[in-house]
Amino acid sequence: MSLSDSAGLPQDSGGPVFAEPWEAQAFAMAVKLHEAGVFSWSEWAAALGAERAAAPARPYYESWLAALEGLVEARGVMSAAERLERVAAWERAARATPHGEPILLSRD
Amino acid sequence: MPHDGDHDHGRKPELSPIALRVRALESLLVEKGYVDPAALDVLIDTYETRIGPRNGARVVAKAWTDPGFADWLVRDATAAIASLGYAGRQGEHMVAVFNSPETHNMIVCTLCSCYPWPVLGLPPVWYKSMPYRSRAVIEPRVVLREFGVEIPDGRQVRVWDSTAELRYLVIPERPAGTGGWDEERLAELVTRDSMIGTGLARMPA
Repeated sequence: MSLSDSAGLPQDSGGPVFAEPWEAQAFAMAVKLHEAGVFSWSEWAAALGAERAAAPARPYYESWLAALEGLVEARGVMSAAERLERVAAWERAARATPHGEPILLSRD
Repeated sequence: MPHDGDHDHGRKPELSPIALRVRALESLLVEKGYVDPAALDVLIDTYETRIGPRNGARVVAKAWTDPGFADWLVRDATAAIASLGYAGRQGEHMVAVFNSPETHNMIVCTLCSCYPWPVLGLPPVWYKSMPYRSRAVIEPRVVLREFGVEIPDGRQVRVWDSTAELRYLVIPERPAGTGGWDEERLAELVTRDSMIGTGLARMPA
């Protein structure tokens, strides 16, 4: 099984389809972590299924990202605190960046 | 550019909250060695055309064959493009910039990788790269030459810097020798790069 076989995955005859670029990024990260053995197919299916069941009205890839965030915590890859601090850091960097310059964490 | 009252400096953040989460996760995974950013880019690249595939080509082909639609694109590209069913979920404004014998247009996002994805799909890796983002503005003709596009000296090159709220779509010139072609056939000549401005429409075989 590959992550392309995930239940409910938006796709057409050519493979997965994405509504926005971040969805493809979230998809690709999960594929790579699965390949690296960070989690198994069944662990992924269970995590994604739980997220989708918890919030059935939520867009598919928001559940996907939540499942991914949950699994990397569960596997000890990173803590929730570490991840949330990094989200805040990127947000500060984005706000501190004048338009026309790339957003870099070093601006933090 | 529309400014909506944000608590910051009246400017909407360039990255949506969910895009920030994705970026945070990715940067930590890369730092910790779980994910190779180059391998990730290669994988994402294979999905490049999986978002709104070929939508932009249909917009361009319609503009070539329907003067009323072309005129609508000039006046209100967001509405004209939405009429074909291609709209961003975050309500980005679209602006269509038309190539002509006087002007060649190209688009860039110097800040990050803002891109008209409802019509062009995912941005190619080079579009997101630092060299393209910085050099497209400083030396557009040199960059174009590297893409194999030679712009005559008499023709002006205009570079449009995309933002989170404003996305540009280049309408390339219709190739000669395509008189009487229908939209579907014309759309085949419209490449992704021609709508970024780093290429031209294909010549008919």
